[in-house]
Amino acid sequence: MPLRLIEPARWMTAGLMVMSLASSAAHADEEARSRPLASLSTGFRFTEQTGEDLFASACQGCHMPDGHGATGAGTYPSLSKDGNLEAGGYPVSVIVRGQKAMPPVGAMMSDDQVAAVVNYLRTHFGNQYNDAVTADDVKRVRP
Amino acid sequence: MANESETVSRRDLLSLVGSVAGSAAMYQAMTSLGFASETNYKGPIKLAGDTKGASVLVLGAGLAGMTAALELRAAGYKVQVLEFNTRPGGRNWSLRGGDSFTELGGATQTCGFEDGLYLNPGPWRIPYHHRALLDYCKRLGVALEPFIQLNHNALLHASTAFGGRPQRIRDIKTDFQGHVSELLAKTTQQGRLDEAVSTEDKEILLQALRSWGALDKNYAYQANLISADYRGYAKDPGGGLGAAPVAGEPIGLSDILKSRLWRYLQNFALHQFQTTMFQPVGGMDMIGKAFGREVGDLIRYDAKVTRIQQNDDGVTVTYVNSKTRSAPQIAKADWCVCTIPLSILSQIPIDVGPRMKAAIDAVPYASAVKIGLQFKRRFWEEDEAIYGGISYTDLPIRQISYPSSGFNRSGRGVLLGAYLYEGANAYEFTSMAPADRIARAVEFGSRIHPQYGAEFENGMAVAWHRVPFTLGCAGSWSEKTRAEHYDNLCQIDGRIVLAGEHASYIPAWQEGAILSALDAITRLHERVVRN
Repeated sequence: MPLRLIEPARWMTAGLMVMSLASSAAHADEEARSRPLASLSTGFRFTEQTGEDLFASACQGCHMPDGHGATGAGTYPSLSKDGNLEAGGYPVSVIVRGQKAMPPVGAMMSDDQVAAVVNYLRTHFGNQYNDAVTADDVKRVRP
Repeated sequence: MANESETVSRRDLLSLVGSVAGSAAMYQAMTSLGFASETNYKGPIKLAGDTKGASVLVLGAGLAGMTAALELRAAGYKVQVLEFNTRPGGRNWSLRGGDSFTELGGATQTCGFEDGLYLNPGPWRIPYHHRALLDYCKRLGVALEPFIQLNHNALLHASTAFGGRPQRIRDIKTDFQGHVSELLAKTTQQGRLDEAVSTEDKEILLQALRSWGALDKNYAYQANLISADYRGYAKDPGGGLGAAPVAGEPIGLSDILKSRLWRYLQNFALHQFQTTMFQPVGGMDMIGKAFGREVGDLIRYDAKVTRIQQNDDGVTVTYVNSKTRSAPQIAKADWCVCTIPLSILSQIPIDVGPRMKAAIDAVPYASAVKIGLQFKRRFWEEDEAIYGGISYTDLPIRQISYPSSGFNRSGRGVLLGAYLYEGANAYEFTSMAPADRIARAVEFGSRIHPQYGAEFENGMAVAWHRVPFTLGCAGSWSEKTRAEHYDNLCQIDGRIVLAGEHASYIPAWQEGAILSALDAITRLHERVVRN
């Protein structure tokens, strides 16, 4: 539940709030999978540095915490066991240049951050591509 | 949904252009980025001429699609509409008590707002110069009321300035203007503007600065009843004994500059946010519902389009039931007006030429999050005399907007507790579970209004990248993509024409959707009549 991600001090005075939030009922599984961030970015760009934190702050909004994507009128593709990740240059390019409606979220990240999140994607969610991409690989693809 | 994001944004770029290159350059830059464009509405559309019994299939029952349906039927076309949702309106949408909303990923929120209170997750204000939208509101009987964009008594907040204490907009505005006027007056008096200002104009300029900047007779800006007439008083004038007003001490220029609070003042100066702004009485979806009353009989709801084909004889659209995923069904017509957001259309197989297809694939969709919070009482009015308007902050919630209706009533109120648009925070909030978004909005908002802790009851959080019917807030054009793709997106391709806010120079505004639809059906009709 939401309590665990907030510094306790701020919530000492907010007992009532917590009860109300619980009743506003987000799906239980969703909450369990959603790994909240300790702190948020302070400007236009992402301040998270690790691949795991960047995934949790940028990618999972659409591709979901389990990386499986989602479908409504359109679809966010699954990144799980994703053959498209085999060549590291592909996710680098999608992240820094965007693709169709996907915004170029790499514009809000450094080369190191893009490399970190790509390397995280390519070694998690059932993907096992161990040839890491580097910041230089990212730099070359920047628009 | 266009928004005054306070990060490194296009608007920061515009401020820079404005300050360095002057207003003409700024206007030019704004026009090319699609912000400053005036509406080109010329009154109700007239589609004269023989429609020859032609039929039109409209895809999407948002404002663009329903405008097209309404006008095409009136012109004599046989019209049918396919819509993904179970309601008309699309992004024109309001959430009220009892409504439930399931976002992508499966999280369901049930709205706990009291009767009469609502959140507009999408569009929420209408500029006075959005003449097409205003005209449809008039024609369809949608009652409007003022939307308060500027409230001098609302707050500006920088987490690292003034010890984190929010400042009144009237103080920052008056003091900033006063200090700048004083500086300019000094410079003028020292003769340092003599090359730029004639002797005659110099005297007038000094008078103007004194008036505009609330300067005293020595052209100084300081604590006195002149400046207090603008910024308000340390002790307000009253009646009877001891009633004399006391002027407050202006905030120093350096403090204002360093706080960066001046940057929020543009949110009240920009053409798109100037008074008078409006909102429909009772919620923005009153517009979608009014359109729905007109054209609802033409709409097939719960229809998810899966394929769009055309040949010399007509258009064939395949769709399934968006809830039951039924066996595919077919709709046919002579022509098609497609208002499906590009975020979705780019994923649907469609028979159009390579240039239109490239345009459909060229537009990223913006990230935006809105959070409505219900409180036990309208403490912003009762405790702080803030009646409507918007407080701005550099915290991730970006702004708090107070309701522009129900003023001065006892009891509960719902305010907009966060409106994030682009930047890392919008993605971070989208990535959270809804209850976590609400918890964060309450946590951050309580730094501006400590009453949050005792008064908060419940909330609704809508992250537009998780909205099943749009997969994003709105089309996000750049100067480069507009130059390369915009005309190709808007051209009629065979029997198909696109419409929607994405096919306009007023992106993310309802006016853009309507003007785009009117332009599209005008050109389509010309083609039908000519053939």
